[in-house]
Amino acid sequence: MDTAARHTLLQGQQAWLWVSAATTLAPHGPYLPPWLGVTLLVLMAAQAWRLWRLALPPPRWFVALLAVAAIAGVLATYRHFFGKDPGVALLAVLLVLKLIEARNPRDGLAAVLLALFLQTSQFLNGQSLAIGALALVGALLALGTLANLQVVAPPRPTLRLAGALMLQGLPFMLVLFLLFPRVEGPLWGMPADAFSARSGLSDRMSPGAISELVRSDAIAFRAEFRGPPPPPHQRYWRGPVLHRFDGETWHPGPDQFLLQPNYQAEGPAFPYQLTLEPHQRTWLLAMDFPADGLPFARYTADYRLVTRQPLRTRQRFDLVAFPETSVGRELPADALAEFLQLPERGNPRTRALGRELRGRGNPEAILAAAMAEFRRSGLVYTLRPPLLTGDTVDGFLFDTRRGFCEHFASAFTFLLRTAGLPARVVTGYQGGEINPVNQILEVRQSDAHAWSEAWLPGRGWIRVDPTALAAPARTEGNLARALDPSDPIPFMWRSDGSWLRHLRHQWDALNNHWNQFVLGYTGERQLALLSRLGFDAPDWRNLAWLLVAGVGGLFGALLLWAHHRSPPKDPAARAWDLFCRRLARAGLPRLPWEGPLAYADRAALRWPDLAAEIRAIARDYTRLRYGAEVSTTGLKPLHRRIHRLKPK
Amino acid sequence: MTGVIRHLAAGVDRWLFRLRPGEPLPVELVQRRIFVLPTAAGLAFAATLLTLLIASINYSLSLGYAFTFLLAGAGASSIVHAFRNLLGLRLRPTAAEPCFAGEPLRVTLAVENPAHRPRPALRATLGGGIATPFTIPPAETVYLMVARPTERRGRFPLGRLTVETTYPLGLIRAWSLATPDFQAWVYPAPEADPPPLPTLPSPGPGTPSGRFGHEDFSGFRAHRPTDSPRHVAWKIYAREGPLVIKEFAGGEGGELALRWSDLPAALDLEGRLARLTAWVCEADRLSRPFCLALPGLEIPTDLGPAHTRRCLEALAAFRA
Repeated sequence: MDTAARHTLLQGQQAWLWVSAATTLAPHGPYLPPWLGVTLLVLMAAQAWRLWRLALPPPRWFVALLAVAAIAGVLATYRHFFGKDPGVALLAVLLVLKLIEARNPRDGLAAVLLALFLQTSQFLNGQSLAIGALALVGALLALGTLANLQVVAPPRPTLRLAGALMLQGLPFMLVLFLLFPRVEGPLWGMPADAFSARSGLSDRMSPGAISELVRSDAIAFRAEFRGPPPPPHQRYWRGPVLHRFDGETWHPGPDQFLLQPNYQAEGPAFPYQLTLEPHQRTWLLAMDFPADGLPFARYTADYRLVTRQPLRTRQRFDLVAFPETSVGRELPADALAEFLQLPERGNPRTRALGRELRGRGNPEAILAAAMAEFRRSGLVYTLRPPLLTGDTVDGFLFDTRRGFCEHFASAFTFLLRTAGLPARVVTGYQGGEINPVNQILEVRQSDAHAWSEAWLPGRGWIRVDPTALAAPARTEGNLARALDPSDPIPFMWRSDGSWLRHLRHQWDALNNHWNQFVLGYTGERQLALLSRLGFDAPDWRNLAWLLVAGVGGLFGALLLWAHHRSPPKDPAARAWDLFCRRLARAGLPRLPWEGPLAYADRAALRWPDLAAEIRAIARDYTRLRYGAEVSTTGLKPLHRRIHRLKPK
Repeated sequence: MTGVIRHLAAGVDRWLFRLRPGEPLPVELVQRRIFVLPTAAGLAFAATLLTLLIASINYSLSLGYAFTFLLAGAGASSIVHAFRNLLGLRLRPTAAEPCFAGEPLRVTLAVENPAHRPRPALRATLGGGIATPFTIPPAETVYLMVARPTERRGRFPLGRLTVETTYPLGLIRAWSLATPDFQAWVYPAPEADPPPLPTLPSPGPGTPSGRFGHEDFSGFRAHRPTDSPRHVAWKIYAREGPLVIKEFAGGEGGELALRWSDLPAALDLEGRLARLTAWVCEADRLSRPFCLALPGLEIPTDLGPAHTRRCLEALAAFRA
């Protein structure tokens, strides 16, 4: 190592470093501050140009200046060095600068190790299959770069060596992954921005909030029903319930936590397993209405389920839904007062309409009239609603008449309140799609939705989906058809029955496997695996024993492989090898410097009766191996001759 | 203190590395004599993986676990690759060029690769010498030069021969030690600025006064294997004649007598040996026949490489 460290890096070795660094840096690009992303891109391009033209490296003071400037820039952007984002930015800066100033193999090693750090921090942005595949490429390139620092070779043999090392490392990975005792993190507090890249519902709603989210195709959660799934119009997944309206934004009410739900579950039950993507919030997005007695969650007075800790990782919950439960039948009048709250002023035309509806007297009639109003008024459901300012409800209902579900829910709830009916906005997800490959219901961000709940005396809270009144197809699970025909539909968005759709189902099913078995592999599953292997009361000691035994076994297997004498690749050489081994066993090993003909002469002296045969074998072998003509016809007779030879 | 350490180190050598003085040739690198330890780079790699593992635990990154474990697995398999790169090699020193004390001792080492796979990125070191990098193609033998510094005259075993590799990733160093049964001569260091060769001609009869006939040709004689090629009559040989040696008479005084007893009394033992060594070399360079007389040993007058070597070996081995 000492002498190796003194060598300067060759162009090829620098190129390996460059490719390895570029592969790990590229996926970070979108998450870096733009100025830094552009700077690093320019520096990488300059480095590539330098390698290509074999130009001299920039002087050290210049690199030092760059480092100071970049670090100052990172500090100016984030104001501190703690947390994921500044950490990744610093790592990226260090890697690129190391690449530029790398002179000897030791610098090369430092760059490779930095790249490994960056590769791992990539997993904070996401752990999808694609990112996993990219990490595999990153590992291959890192190993190849290290190998090329030792033995300079063309790319292909280097890659083959790195691939062999990785293949041999794979069983170790499996054993360690399955058996390394999983500690439930975090070991220490995480920086607040650790998983900032993930999106989801917000706890408030203003016009445009949900239509932004709906453009995302990401999966929000999956639900695997134990029996037949509920029909689409019952698939309402409850998120934040919004009580208070300030004229533009709806806000949640104060949280009232309950140990048991304040309703009696009724009707058919739908047991299911919910796999939630981490959204950094505590809400659980259960389907209406969850059964009682769930130990891992708390109930709220507005029928939500919330967890005790924010969801930082993908988690599974076993739940039961009773969609036909009637809720809130006996609410005291003072509990209802907050659902009649309205801003002091604004939206006079809607208020006038409300006063008109109030004249119907009977709450059920008021609700029916309001629904009829929405059905009749020609409201258009669109992803691109015009921008509304000031009296947003009036503007939507009477002027633009174009909106997304948050406009519908907001306007409808507002209207009911002006008509004297207690009402509120519920946000969450609606619908979802059953993947035909694995029969799991997939709910995406594009299924985010907002609807209303109205309270009727004697019947309690009634769900009304004002969007469905104007665009019935929405609740039947076809957003594309429900939308205004002039809306551009994003590529790969639920177009019907195409092969693309099929492909996408396959891909999602694969992703689900990935999530369940790779990403969702926890300490709990580890112990379950052990009890399936036959351990009665598995604990970490069993894990440790198995781990040691597994790694030891793999190492033993590798050692066996190391001792294995691979036969020569050339068939003629293989035959000759066999011949030599036979004579050696009979007591006449070939001397290392002895050519085939000389060896045959010596053997002929030892076994005069076989002399002719031995000489013929040596002659044939030299002809086949070293002769001018390339032929394989003589191989079989040569093999046969050698097999017949029985020296004593 | 250093003596104690040296003694301990020798004990470790015998016990851990199973070194014996003079192992029979060829020395085959079998499993139990190959050792592996991480290099500095390997330790840095391990520290990195440990950090990544802790980060994966803290952030519950399943892919982080997988990535770290994959690299750890590749590192583990690189241990076996390094080991396998040495396994089965056969070492055989074939020749040691005699040298003068203080000069590097150069030894030709034959390394045979009996396996049908290449052995890249190997290095061989003799004693405290400089490493010689080499590579062996499948099923071949390479000859390489290893060198180590010398200090004292004498006939010595080669000492500790190290063959090592950091293939494939530079994270692991596999090495093997051998003490092959092979002796090499280290001649005394010649005196740096010796006085001229003793001028007194030895009172040989029949020696013509050589004042005129410097290198006068005096006739031919049959070739002996020890003769210097400089004196072969190549013209005769080229005409397909016999291999004969041209003999010269004359020269500056003809035969020389290099005698221990003629040296000034002030010179100590090593000083005497150094001067005699210098004179032997000078006489050899001038192709002048000489005899060497040491206490208890007399080498009669002769000429040629074999004679010179015999004299130098006698000087190297001399004990008062």
